[in-house]
Amino acid sequence: MAYDILNAHDLCQFYALAPGAGKRLTNPLHEKTFAWLDDPQMAEHLLDFKQERRAKVRFHLPDMHCAACIWLLEHLYRLDAGVLRSTVNFPQKTVSIDFDPTQTTLRRLAAMLASVGYPPHFSLADAASQPQARRGGRRLLYQIGLTGFVMGNVMLLSFPEYLGLQREHDAWFFGVFGYLNLLLSVPVLLFAARDYFVSAWNGLKNKHLNIDLPVSLGLFMLFARSAFEVLTQTGAGYFDSFVALVFLLLCGKWFQQLAFHRLSFERDFRAYFPIAATRRRQQREEAVALDALAAGDMILVRNGELVPADGVLARGVARVDYSFVTGESEPVAVAEGEKIFAGGKQCGDLIEVVLTRTVSQSYLTQLWNDEAFRPARQAGTDYMADRAGRWFTYLTLGIGGLCLLYWWVWRGDVATAINTFTAVFMVACPCAIAVSIPFTMGNVLRWLSRHGFYLKNAQVVERLLDVDAVVFDKTGTITTLHTTDAAAERVQFEAVSGAGTMAGISPAALTAIKSLCYRSNHPLSRQIYAALPAELPLTAVTDFSETPGRGVQGRVGQHELRLGSADFTGADMVSKNGVFVAMDGAVLGRFEVAHHYRPGLRAVLDFFRAPRSGRSATVFLLSGDHDRERATLHTYFPDDDTLFFEKKPAEKLDFIKKLQGAGRRVLFFGDGLNDAGALRQAEVGVVVSEHANNFTPASDAILRADAFGRLPQFLGFARQNLRLIRASFGVAILYNIMGLSYAVTGALSPLVAAVLMPVSSVTLVLIGTAGSHWLARHWGLAAPPDKSHPDG
Amino acid sequence: MKIMLFLILTSLLVAGGFLAAYLWAARTGQFEDDETPAIRVLFDDDPATEPGK
Repeated sequence: MAYDILNAHDLCQFYALAPGAGKRLTNPLHEKTFAWLDDPQMAEHLLDFKQERRAKVRFHLPDMHCAACIWLLEHLYRLDAGVLRSTVNFPQKTVSIDFDPTQTTLRRLAAMLASVGYPPHFSLADAASQPQARRGGRRLLYQIGLTGFVMGNVMLLSFPEYLGLQREHDAWFFGVFGYLNLLLSVPVLLFAARDYFVSAWNGLKNKHLNIDLPVSLGLFMLFARSAFEVLTQTGAGYFDSFVALVFLLLCGKWFQQLAFHRLSFERDFRAYFPIAATRRRQQREEAVALDALAAGDMILVRNGELVPADGVLARGVARVDYSFVTGESEPVAVAEGEKIFAGGKQCGDLIEVVLTRTVSQSYLTQLWNDEAFRPARQAGTDYMADRAGRWFTYLTLGIGGLCLLYWWVWRGDVATAINTFTAVFMVACPCAIAVSIPFTMGNVLRWLSRHGFYLKNAQVVERLLDVDAVVFDKTGTITTLHTTDAAAERVQFEAVSGAGTMAGISPAALTAIKSLCYRSNHPLSRQIYAALPAELPLTAVTDFSETPGRGVQGRVGQHELRLGSADFTGADMVSKNGVFVAMDGAVLGRFEVAHHYRPGLRAVLDFFRAPRSGRSATVFLLSGDHDRERATLHTYFPDDDTLFFEKKPAEKLDFIKKLQGAGRRVLFFGDGLNDAGALRQAEVGVVVSEHANNFTPASDAILRADAFGRLPQFLGFARQNLRLIRASFGVAILYNIMGLSYAVTGALSPLVAAVLMPVSSVTLVLIGTAGSHWLARHWGLAAPPDKSHPDG
Repeated sequence: MKIMLFLILTSLLVAGGFLAAYLWAARTGQFEDDETPAIRVLFDDDPATEPGK
């Protein structure tokens, strides 16, 4: 803690406060950015409370990170006389400010906060959902409190029975304690355990067997059997086990919620959306991560890029493809000044958008997981949790049924029959499934995303480890354009005449080429753009269009310019590679961009080829280029029929379909630009993202380019975690066998049940949590990496 | 020994009182934030410059 405060002296600027007391610390730029806060309707939305001389607002300040920040933020009254009081909620990263609206305004407050280094982030969607989230969390607190109260009292009332109270001797006490237990347990059944019953019922209605079904059955049996025993005076019941089980389940839920909140300190893996956007600020352009964007920022959206948050079109011709959001792939034309919604993809020329909200990463992740891209293959796959849950329910029903049959029909003992039937349900504990899987998988996803491998959800992990054919795209996926060579060295120009430098082209042509490349997101366009002299200005381009896999074209001045493949530009140097340039139909020459293969590529390929549990995967390469580099590629892909050239995007998709037709399960690595079809078709589609702007929702995972070499590490880690889960299943089965042996012989006493169940649950929680932590450390994934933001 | 019943009921009443206090505290939002109050306690504020109200 002390270290944090000391450390904070370098980062926070609160030392500036003392001399600046009373001085207005606002910066005119910030004032302008928050101008929209002056709008009374906006203010209405944001204010929690408003009277003449007093109003209250809550700002979300994700930049606060230390105790010194809290100090500063709770002393805002020194910076702005209109502030009456400010209270920080650190876990939620919010500050609640009471202020005098006659002395200061929302806009000034926001500007002031931005000046001291804590710009507020606005997301009206989030603000609306926040009260709900908190109400949900609060309800859990009520449930836990109630259950804890009941649990303590019921246990106390059950002690006499453990310690020798006999029914015949002290019948009166027996009865009284029993009834008290029953009365106390009713609210637990109806209020605290309600969510499990509701979820199981909903599952049944949709013909879907989820994990809450066996849990609800168990709980119900426990309560019913105990109530029956008490009401008929035949026994003491198992209320202590019942309430203790509910308490444990609720604690587990609470712990998971807490763990997710802790995650949001760093970055909640569910909300992390690993793409960046190009922001223009005061004539400078920079690539920024999504969570650094604020309302009022102006961003550039190129052809094929995603609009990360709601905004207004400031300049350009927008044709937005909302298939990510609505499933409609027909682009919608948007006029300047109109709204563009988050999740839309621009098709066409460069546009400038002013954001009106901050990016809601959870919204984007939700879209990613959602409708339009749920592939038909879901029908065939069987995920571990579902499979285990179903097995468990059938097994329990089976054993219970057998007991019933045995005792009733064979032995004629109805009482014991019912006894054992209910006992089986009470003791069989699906804790392994309900507990270890979410804990462990949650941890796996979190650690992987910290190191640059972002998976859509936990099911992707299982599919990833199950593949037997791996297909790599070439350009941008296994090749990288980021090396230590300067851009100009990497790009060589060969003119039609045979001249070797760019000196042969007129500056006007160069300007035109540069302007054209600026508008495209393709790695080759960006490389050429970077290689051209920086002093060249950018000019306007009309009729811009980009054809995936072929090239870009546009009109600059009176000239029509085309940049791309040989047949796209009409060049007859077909045997050569590179990006050809044609102006008004005449070929000027070609750019040759040197490729470097990613470091660690060989290790990754060997990893996939190595046999694991008796299987090894076949690795293929599909390239859209000529086979000029066949020799080099041979060293990586020695087998000739795994190497394919000149594959168009549609052919890549067909290739995968063919593999699948032969019964293979395919993992496809692409660069996300023009292989959406292949990504979607493969069992797992991974986008290798160099420049984090090219996202396609058809992918199941995004791998940051600099993390490419660590794939063996990631997959090894994931695999061992799955083994951990299976091991914990083994432990759970052991416990269940122990418990069931008591249950089926009719010897299950409340004491045995009360001991066995909590012990088994706690052991499994420990195995899951401690185990996955240990594995993370073992694989070197526990420590945070030095780079936690995607690069531009 | 019927006095036991009276004792048990009274203790349940007292425990119920505590439960009610807990539920009230949860409802008025006292369990929302368990980090910041710990830090807030350590601030040195000059009473003269403390915020009004």
